[in-house]
Amino acid sequence: MLRFLFIRLWLLIPTFFGVTIAAFGFIRLLPGDPVLLMAGERGTTPERYEQLMQQFGYDRPIWEQYLDFLGGVLSGDLGNSLVTKKPVFTEFLTLFPATLELSVCAILFAAALGIPAGIVAATRRGSWLDQSIMGTALIGYSMPIFWWGLLLIIFFSGMLQWTPVSGRVSLMFFFPPVTGFMLLDSIISGQKGAFTSALSHLILPTIVLGTIPLAVIARQTRSAMLEVLGEDYVRTARAKGLTPLRVVGLHALRNALIPVVTTIGLLVGTLLGGAILTETIFSWPGIGKWMVESISRRDYPSVQGGLLLIAVVVMVVNLVVDLLYGLINPRIRVS
Amino acid sequence: MKHRLLGAVAAAALVIGLAATAQAKTLVYCSEGSPEGFDPAPFTAGTTFDASGQAVYSRLVEFENGTTKTIPGLAESWEVSDDGLEYTFKLRSGVKFHTTEYFTPTRDFNADDVIFSFERQWKKDHAWYQYTPGIAWEYFDGMSMPDLLKEIVKVDDMTVKFVLNRPEAPMVANLAMDFASIVSKEYADQLDAAGQKEMLNQQPVGTGPFQFVAYQKDAVIRYQANPSYFRGKQPIDDLIFAITTDASVRQQKLKAGECHITAYPNPADLDDLRADPNLQMMEQEGLNVGYLAYNAKQAPFDNPKVRKALNMAINKDAILEAVFQGAGQPAKNPIPPTMWSYNDKVMDDPYNPGAAKNMLDEVGVKGLKMKIWAMPVQRPYNPNARRMAELIQADFAAIGVEAEIVSYEWGEYLELSKAEDRDGAVLLGWTGDNGDPDNFLAVLLGCDAVGGANRAQWCNEEFDGLIQKAKVTSDVAERTKLYEEAQVVFKRESPWATIAHSVVFMPMSKKVSGYKMSPLGVHRFDGVDISE
Amino acid sequence: MANSATTATTVPAPGGGRRALLREFWFYFSENRGAVIGMWVFLFVCAVAVLADLIAPHGATDQYRDALLKPPFWQEGGDPRFILGTDAVGRDMLSRLIHGSRYSLFVGCIVVTGAVAVGVILGLIAGYVGGSVDSLIMRVMDIILAFPSLLLALVLVALFDKPSLTNAMIAIAIVQQPHYVRLTRAAVMAEKNRDYVIAAKVAGARPLRLMFHTILPNCLAPLIVQAALSFSTAILDAAALGFLGMGAQPPTPEWGTMLAEAREFILRAWWVVTLPGIAILVTVLAINLMGDGLRDALDPKLKRS
Repeated sequence: MLRFLFIRLWLLIPTFFGVTIAAFGFIRLLPGDPVLLMAGERGTTPERYEQLMQQFGYDRPIWEQYLDFLGGVLSGDLGNSLVTKKPVFTEFLTLFPATLELSVCAILFAAALGIPAGIVAATRRGSWLDQSIMGTALIGYSMPIFWWGLLLIIFFSGMLQWTPVSGRVSLMFFFPPVTGFMLLDSIISGQKGAFTSALSHLILPTIVLGTIPLAVIARQTRSAMLEVLGEDYVRTARAKGLTPLRVVGLHALRNALIPVVTTIGLLVGTLLGGAILTETIFSWPGIGKWMVESISRRDYPSVQGGLLLIAVVVMVVNLVVDLLYGLINPRIRVS
Repeated sequence: MKHRLLGAVAAAALVIGLAATAQAKTLVYCSEGSPEGFDPAPFTAGTTFDASGQAVYSRLVEFENGTTKTIPGLAESWEVSDDGLEYTFKLRSGVKFHTTEYFTPTRDFNADDVIFSFERQWKKDHAWYQYTPGIAWEYFDGMSMPDLLKEIVKVDDMTVKFVLNRPEAPMVANLAMDFASIVSKEYADQLDAAGQKEMLNQQPVGTGPFQFVAYQKDAVIRYQANPSYFRGKQPIDDLIFAITTDASVRQQKLKAGECHITAYPNPADLDDLRADPNLQMMEQEGLNVGYLAYNAKQAPFDNPKVRKALNMAINKDAILEAVFQGAGQPAKNPIPPTMWSYNDKVMDDPYNPGAAKNMLDEVGVKGLKMKIWAMPVQRPYNPNARRMAELIQADFAAIGVEAEIVSYEWGEYLELSKAEDRDGAVLLGWTGDNGDPDNFLAVLLGCDAVGGANRAQWCNEEFDGLIQKAKVTSDVAERTKLYEEAQVVFKRESPWATIAHSVVFMPMSKKVSGYKMSPLGVHRFDGVDISE
Repeated sequence: MANSATTATTVPAPGGGRRALLREFWFYFSENRGAVIGMWVFLFVCAVAVLADLIAPHGATDQYRDALLKPPFWQEGGDPRFILGTDAVGRDMLSRLIHGSRYSLFVGCIVVTGAVAVGVILGLIAGYVGGSVDSLIMRVMDIILAFPSLLLALVLVALFDKPSLTNAMIAIAIVQQPHYVRLTRAAVMAEKNRDYVIAAKVAGARPLRLMFHTILPNCLAPLIVQAALSFSTAILDAAALGFLGMGAQPPTPEWGTMLAEAREFILRAWWVVTLPGIAILVTVLAINLMGDGLRDALDPKLKRS
């Protein structure tokens, strides 16, 4: 096991450096120029332009800028945003909890509905129930979620007025962020109704972001269950006359869940991608929206820092999933 | 439900250390974006000015709410020397900076604060010139203040004198702009001592109508009324900016009562908003102009007749309908009608494709091919440049001119369109800063600006003579005359197709009263009240 | 993964064997009702795309200035000329949707072709050559996979001088090809030491022939399934980029771009928001249904259970 961990970490090192080069290089290749964008219609004089380029360090050789960036990264300094002038790392940290909260809720929502749905579909294989569950899952899987979000807003917020339109909590509530997770903070604040308000703000974004994971999990659970149900030990258990519930619950489920858990882990990338669209639609103050805005403003430091941090999050989660999988299933350790 | 909300408000008030009153009046404004920071001087976005300069700060001179007229602010009065080079300001006494959780002032506002506020943007060796990495004083530089200012003298504690290098008629209006907001030197010193200079941009202290309470990035900004504001405490107690970038979402929140007032509605939704019995709608012409600038140095556009003919081919009414959805008015002059010296006698080029075609034939231009540059971004003066370009393309096709639409990334667009040898006509616009015609006519059409902001590359001696003369004249009546004449020359020569001035709408709840729309496009909430 | 039975029948590849294989494939494919429905819908969309110029009642960019934002004909205020209504500048929705199918299918085809071509070649090289070349290729793929695909596509599009459909397609293809590299490499590693490959090697087949002619056909099944999957993902991603303003540019009647343009009318004109979304959903759903059918028919492991 240690050896496996070691190999995985070892492989991560070149990837990490590759990611820093990619994050840095992409941004340098971007056409357009932050100084010109800042000046807007008003324009800027050539002297002033030179001065600003120098101030931001964009006039130096590219490799020097990269080494600076790398040095900064290793010492935890990602530079300052060109727009807000604040450290990129601080900006990321203030926004990340919002995205994390949304992603965790989306995954919980997807797992809570998807796993039972997959089990039901597998145990009733071929029935109308199976077919309609799988049909629905495939629709979910094919959903353009940005459109789905708009539809939900029109229907639930616009026509029925059941849920708030956007934001994380009603403006009537004000409490300092302790954990950065609105659900927890609203409880800690002890204000009456704050938790309900935070929850109601979360519902639609959670559904939108959770739609594709839900479909993936349902499908994955079903096929994993089918596979396990066909295995000898389950047949034996059945032959021994155990009730179907016991067979499914005790024997099959435990083994079927292993690939499902892996799938959930690997959905992190999908989630962060989906967060870009979901956050844009619901004005959710998270890193997805931040990245889109930073790209369009050519806020170099924010884009490169954000890309790097997001990639690190994805890599760490994938590593953890791999390790967990290795723990549960010793067979794959070697390869 | 109402009970619970009131309870929550009270609890919120306790948390932030306010004297909780059950009737705390809260106004919620759904704003269109996050401020870049809370120091108004280094930034250029209107969104930042709303959240900082307008709410938190005040200036020596202010624009009267709802007009572009300048009135005394932190300066009680001022005098201009006869040569127009010295401006002496008498400061208002007894003005207090905000007392907040992070700062308690020990002295009133005085000349030191004024000098600090300007010198930090001006003197390169000033300790605050670079107080946070990457900061730049865009507006101060953009308004040529470094060239203009000779010195700022503290005559006594309550008197400050600005000495200029040359006369500049718009000087007083410049000092009413957001970059000229007065910050507290005492607060700056305190931050410097604590090694936290960057907090000046995050936790502002001013003398304005509202004081800063908290900001959650990309979500909410909270203010409370400044109890010792020198014009008296505001009628509302709390002011909240709910940052909502999407226009449809802003509209939904307004309709659901989650906010009381909002800016920049979708033109498409105006009818729906007007029909809502709980809402009222205010509107005003924006201080801007959207135009199509020909390249007057490129044949055949160097011929005014060709430019005139193309102008006559453009169906402005169709553009206003499809691009502005009615939230605009056709433009005939390069300055908007709300600005003084607007010459209403100027006749616009009539829409007449037949005559336009004849005119082209007359000067022997046949089978003309050209490029139309369409901006990649949405601006108040042009909500959809691409769509506008398509419409103009169709109009030009009707008189046998084949137009190709090109576009670039925004920064590049701005830069490439400056080139004197640029190929094609470019769609662009301008939003006024200080309500002075010089800010439009000289900046956009002056000979100095060729190869720069003068996208038409148009240098006309007659026109330039008029505006240069107006710049150094301080008598407003005389300046008005000069500018009116300049507009006549402009129309005759047609370096641009003037397309439209936007109309700005503010939908708000009927409970809101006292809101005045600023022609300068900022959103200010002093004097606003809300009824329950 | 290809099972040995298929291998045995493919390698000699006599005419009859191939037909039998196809028949077997069709048997399993047609068992899946959803897949057949999906196929018909997909063929319908293809037909619409091919015949767009003939069946569209109006031009995709023709503006009818007298009919801005007309609702579909059955609604009050509708105009019989415009069956599904018009958009903000008076363009016929139905015609734009019809023409839009071209862009979506085009995006799918180009992205899949590009991603497969590059991915398969890199995967073959990595798997066949091994060693440091393998490590290098796989590390680069790891780097690409470390970024969420939509985010990476967004940044890649911004790399080009201006957003356009072509740029969006290139970006999406780059983001998708690591999956093919990984699949191909895994398959090659598994096949490399099989008897038939060694036999071919001993018989003197050159590496290129070995790679493309001997090994590749036996890794096709998972690649085909993946291709179907990435066809639909490509359409969704292109639409998402269009929606964020980084894909096709107006007035191109690409469905995602149409949605982005329509967003401001969300409350006033339901048809301009709803219809392009339905078009995307139906097309993607049809392809995914087909993809499921393909997988069932090609993947023997699921076939058994």
